Amino acid sequence: MRLTCPLCGDRDRREFYYYGAEDYLHRPVEGAPVADWDNYLHLRDNPAGVTKDLWYHEAGCSQWLLVTRNTVTHEISAVELVAERKA
Amino acid sequence: MRIDGKGLIDRTKPVRFRFDGKDYAGYKGDTLASALLANDVRLVGRSFKYHRPRGVLTAGSEEPNALVEVVGPSNQTPNVRATMQEVFEGLVAQSQNRLGSLRFDLLAVNDYLSPFLSAGFYYKTFMWPRAFWEGLYEPIIRRAAGLGSLSGKHDEGTYEKAFAFCDVLVIGSGPAGLMAALTAGRSGADVILCEESHALGGRLLSDNQTVGGMPAGEWVAQVVAELQALPNVRIMARTTVTGAYDHGTYGALERVGLHKPARPNLPRECFWRIVAKHAVLASGALERPVAFENNDRPGIMMASAVRTYLNRYGVVPGKRVTLFANTDQARGVARELMAAGVTVAAIIDPRPDASSVEDCPVHVGAEVVGSRGRLGLSGIQVRKGSEIIEIETDCLAMSGGWNPTIHLTCHMNGRPRWSEELAAFVPMEGAVPGLVAVGAANGSMSTHGALVTGHAAALKAVEALGRKVSVAVPEAEDMPYRLKALWAVEGTGRAWLDFANDVTTKDVKLAAQEGFRSVEHMKRYTTQGMAPDQGKNSNVAALAVLADATGRGIAETGVTTFRPPFTPVSIAAMGAGGRAEGFAPQRFLTSDQASRDRGAPMIEAGLWYRPSYFPKPGETTWRDACDREVNMVRQAVGVADVSTLGKIDIQGKDAGRFLDFVYTNTFSTLPVGRVRYGLMLREDGLVLDDGTSARLGQDHYLMTTTTAAAGLVMRHLDFVHQAFCADWQVRFISVTESWAQFAVAGPKARALVNSFLEVPVELPFMGVAPVRIGGVDGRLFRISFSGEEGYELSVPTRYGEALFRDLVARAETMGGGPYGMEALNVLRIEKGFITHAEIHGRVTAHDIGMEKMVSAKKDCIGKAAATRPGMWGPEREQLVGLKTHAPISAGAHLFVPATEVHRETDQGYVTSVCWSPTVGAWLGLGFLKDGRARHGEKIRLVDHLRGLDVICEVCHPVFHDPEGEKLRA
Amino acid sequence: MRYSGLKVITEGLLGNKGWTPAWRDPAPKAEYDVVIIGGGGHGLSTAYYLAKNHGITNVAVLEKGYLGSGNIGRNTTIVRANYFLPGNSEFYSHSMKLWEGLEADLNYNVMHSQRGLINLFHSDGQRDAFVRRGNAMINQGDDAILLDRDGVREHLPYLDFDNTRFPIYGGLLHPRGGSARHDAVAWGYARGADKRGVDLIQNCEVTGIDIDGGVVRGVQTTRGAIRAKKVGIVVAGRSSQVAAMAGMRLPIESHVLQAFVTEGLKPVINHVISFGMGHFYISQSDKGGLVFGGDLDFYASYAARGNLPMVEHVMEAGMTLMPMIGRAKVLRSWGGIMDMSPDGSPIIDKTHVDGLFIDCGWNYGGFKAVPASGWCMAHLMATGESHEVAAKFRLDRFATGHLLDEEGTGSQHNLH
Repeated sequence: MRLTCPLCGDRDRREFYYYGAEDYLHRPVEGAPVADWDNYLHLRDNPAGVTKDLWYHEAGCSQWLLVTRNTVTHEISAVELVAERKA
Repeated sequence: MRIDGKGLIDRTKPVRFRFDGKDYAGYKGDTLASALLANDVRLVGRSFKYHRPRGVLTAGSEEPNALVEVVGPSNQTPNVRATMQEVFEGLVAQSQNRLGSLRFDLLAVNDYLSPFLSAGFYYKTFMWPRAFWEGLYEPIIRRAAGLGSLSGKHDEGTYEKAFAFCDVLVIGSGPAGLMAALTAGRSGADVILCEESHALGGRLLSDNQTVGGMPAGEWVAQVVAELQALPNVRIMARTTVTGAYDHGTYGALERVGLHKPARPNLPRECFWRIVAKHAVLASGALERPVAFENNDRPGIMMASAVRTYLNRYGVVPGKRVTLFANTDQARGVARELMAAGVTVAAIIDPRPDASSVEDCPVHVGAEVVGSRGRLGLSGIQVRKGSEIIEIETDCLAMSGGWNPTIHLTCHMNGRPRWSEELAAFVPMEGAVPGLVAVGAANGSMSTHGALVTGHAAALKAVEALGRKVSVAVPEAEDMPYRLKALWAVEGTGRAWLDFANDVTTKDVKLAAQEGFRSVEHMKRYTTQGMAPDQGKNSNVAALAVLADATGRGIAETGVTTFRPPFTPVSIAAMGAGGRAEGFAPQRFLTSDQASRDRGAPMIEAGLWYRPSYFPKPGETTWRDACDREVNMVRQAVGVADVSTLGKIDIQGKDAGRFLDFVYTNTFSTLPVGRVRYGLMLREDGLVLDDGTSARLGQDHYLMTTTTAAAGLVMRHLDFVHQAFCADWQVRFISVTESWAQFAVAGPKARALVNSFLEVPVELPFMGVAPVRIGGVDGRLFRISFSGEEGYELSVPTRYGEALFRDLVARAETMGGGPYGMEALNVLRIEKGFITHAEIHGRVTAHDIGMEKMVSAKKDCIGKAAATRPGMWGPEREQLVGLKTHAPISAGAHLFVPATEVHRETDQGYVTSVCWSPTVGAWLGLGFLKDGRARHGEKIRLVDHLRGLDVICEVCHPVFHDPEGEKLRA
Repeated sequence: MRYSGLKVITEGLLGNKGWTPAWRDPAPKAEYDVVIIGGGGHGLSTAYYLAKNHGITNVAVLEKGYLGSGNIGRNTTIVRANYFLPGNSEFYSHSMKLWEGLEADLNYNVMHSQRGLINLFHSDGQRDAFVRRGNAMINQGDDAILLDRDGVREHLPYLDFDNTRFPIYGGLLHPRGGSARHDAVAWGYARGADKRGVDLIQNCEVTGIDIDGGVVRGVQTTRGAIRAKKVGIVVAGRSSQVAAMAGMRLPIESHVLQAFVTEGLKPVINHVISFGMGHFYISQSDKGGLVFGGDLDFYASYAARGNLPMVEHVMEAGMTLMPMIGRAKVLRSWGGIMDMSPDGSPIIDKTHVDGLFIDCGWNYGGFKAVPASGWCMAHLMATGESHEVAAKFRLDRFATGHLLDEEGTGSQHNLH
């Protein structure tokens, strides 16, 4: 398995740490109801198909990456820097 | 028997080897199988379940029968395919899976019991009495099962792993593979050509063919010579591509030294990770047996194998050969045998419309229905219409057609497609992105078809790479592939499908009869296809029999999944580098050698090695040293290397704001030159880590983490920054390895530290200052993990060892010295400081009494989740101290005295204990339900495992200097 | 048909013609009292105990593939009761008791073998954590023995004690731990459920859950609509998709866990052994293959296959721990899809829909749980109340913070 880091290029999966779904980017504001935090921390769409998830180029540039990926085929269709993400 | 003038073996290089204690001779270029057959050795193994006599079936890696143990000077290797093992001078092999000798295997009794050992019999019996399973039945089954043996000794062989990258990976070097490699190679693309065998050419080495107007062997030699001369082509012989993985990654096993006598540093195998932009699968096809009664006797072989042994090794496995085949292609075997002067007793062709014109008797529309010969074939029975013909033969070459070798195309869950025309499964296009199957692997059965498709696939890859090439495809045979599918001959006896696992057509039918009608149920119930060949010889026939038994078509019945590896790969090869210390990186302190010089036992702390204690003459146990070191720190001064703590340098205008966000408490208000203890939560509200952070300048902090969580915290900070506040002006970097840092603790710590400083400083408790030490810029922190007046002195790593040696030497003149992890642990327990023994991932700030450190004035990571009702309150276990006068243990559980001891009365548990020379008692830290409200209570500590049952006093976790007077002295 | 040694002999003498199907192959009826979605280990055991313990036999198990096609047929077959958190302890303890009577109960030899499980530890800290665990096991009424280095050597002389990155300090021996033949467990429960009247319907994929006014009414399937008074979702590996049909978003992320088996070998490893410093656990099957596994591949996946980094890590761990297995050859590798929950513990609970229940989130510990999971799910579906040994496996425990986190790694699904 390989990932193309926007900064470092095509790299082996061994260089990356996986966190989970992109939900972790949508941190509720302080004082948000419990359900929001449950949604943020625990509940997942967990699709069998295209998803967006978070990878960390730990053995590389230390950038967190937002990866568009298919959970069935493992095809990767887009990689962007979390820090410069569009959405 | 060896045939003069045939074969690619080197007859000038005889090789002596040994099999089952007997010496034989072969030639360089032989496999163990060809050399044994040349010596007329037909019986080479015993089957898995019935212990039937078995001989060589194939000439390739799919061999199910001829599995042997290869015995080296120091170890042995089980389940080696005799068909792949090249002979070398001194090779020693022995047969396996037998009780007694190979000829008289006592477990052959199983064959007579076979009516009671049908598919799944073990699920229906051995249930009573219950205790007999582990005691009697299972041990007998376990001893009878299995194939070869491991020695039980460490594998001391050398193995390697490597990465390779290429534009085009060509898998297989038959006509299709060579053509693909040549095409891609001439274009200038980076090409890797992998060939499983030791010689390139695939079936062109086995079949008497003409390519481009010349004998196929010559064409192969020409192409190989050209490829070898191309700098952009790498030829990897003896290399099996074992698996297709994501994004163009392939696993491959190279047999580096298995064909040579062992010698030091010669790797046995190398496991490759090949990353390819394009791959061409030219793996050919595997010939399939036909199931008929007693079709498993030594001497019954695949027709293609007979051909390979004849043409490649100059060996004929019998004197009177018969051929049972349903394709025109297989006729060539008989013709080549006759041309070599071998008697072909008969050809049996089940196709009624097949030609009967050959230079030997031909029975068309006939089938082999049985065989005889106890340890080797002596004759067959042939049914032609209503007639049964008895034919004397010692070698039956059989062929039921071919199965394309599609395995790699299925490794990413791609399902193959059933081709009625070929009566075989062919690859689904695109099943592995970037990989294209060509030649026989894709159902193009002629040599012409192989060359054309190999060329076309390579051309397409080359064009995708933006290259151009023009290569002419040579002429070759283009015989149509015409067969009548024949899976199993009708009969009442046992007809083998899976030779390796002893699965017969009866077993498959029984499975269907018992409702195991799905192909996966059948496989799992009968063990069909689960043997070392993974069903390469039998899966398709077995599901044809199942389809027949269940009244469905083969396409509807479906196929089980091919999974990596294509051929078995040793654990040592894929685990190369893991042996001994190689398993994980080793991290050494700058003081490592100095500590070892002092006799300190070094222990693993994560990836680090740290000194356990520093023994002195006369001390007999670690406790002696530990107690002394604790007293030394409390009374004089101790020195410890604490460089393993994570250090993160944080700078920027928003650095303080950032720390406020990741710590529960506030750091933006910390004055420059001061240090603060910080508590960090995970976003789920549980404690992630603790440590101190120092403010070195207005926009400059230095954070420390625990040793264990250094990487974790760095990753966490990067996430929080990049995900939530990427626009803040803050940057950070790990400087753990840039600084060596030493704790200096004890009443004489200040004196010792000042003796090093060019300009002595007066630091308040929790102060930090830049210092000069022997001309070097360093930092001095006044912090303590021992409860004594403590400093941490840090210098760039390259000065660490010198500073440590000097610190220790000067400390010793003051009645102090170095202290190790054991003493460090006692000191922190006496002071009630926590480590990851306490903050073990299930603990909240509330549990450790630090809920007040969660600032109400600001948001921070984990703050919201920590307010969930389950995260606080008296039903949770809270940190307490425990004190007693008898030895206690970590891992013990806590109970109210005089209550029963079981899960429901459990009150908590102990995380850390020590004998405290300072307090003169056994101390512990632990978690107790509603513990803070229970100081002063007696509690019962029970450790069943160590046989301890002790009453302790529950107390505040800080045992030593609770007011902190010493810290601030 | 009752199975026995005598039956095997008499059938053998009669040419094995008399064996009857292990289960019927019924067409789905229009309505059932209970529909269980998922014909894996947990679904089949739920149906079995609904019939056996509660007399509810008008039950259908709907399986989209073949019975036992999920993780029951692709795990490393380890059976143990070595949990330490209240909530888990009693559940796995209960499961172990059911395992110990399973063959007699099912009249099916699932080859449950208590050859002992040894968890190795490699530091003082790990030892203390295992002691805490071992004491919890004994407090629960199960068994545990602390072995020092020499004690481990006595049981496992072939480990590398001398030349290794992480020396072996000792081990926690769980004598009642062991393994079982995974497929046989599915088949035994299937046969038992079928015998009690449960309809096992294969190749029947659920495509929708019919809900009316907050009450479940039945399911839509590829073989037509089926009405049901109660529906249980027991589809670990696909839980999120099926729950979504009822409008639920689960605390689950799906991950692939690889496992490996070698070619058959004569007996060389008797116990189940797990390494403490890298993910590696191993046992030897009765057929002779070394069965072993490691950690997740660590990325969300439904692919039932993995990649080389974890493969190699597992092999490397094997080589540092027990280099005698180096020359065993890996025959097959595969992947199972794990329902990873945010605390590593499962869910057996009601849902927001009346009559709809869910059993999911088994992480990679589902195999040993099959008997108790079915037992407790059946209890819940029959009585409407959680069984006492599964009372903490609640769907809302993440929202309320009543976590069961044995690993202590927190709300990151793939870290459990």
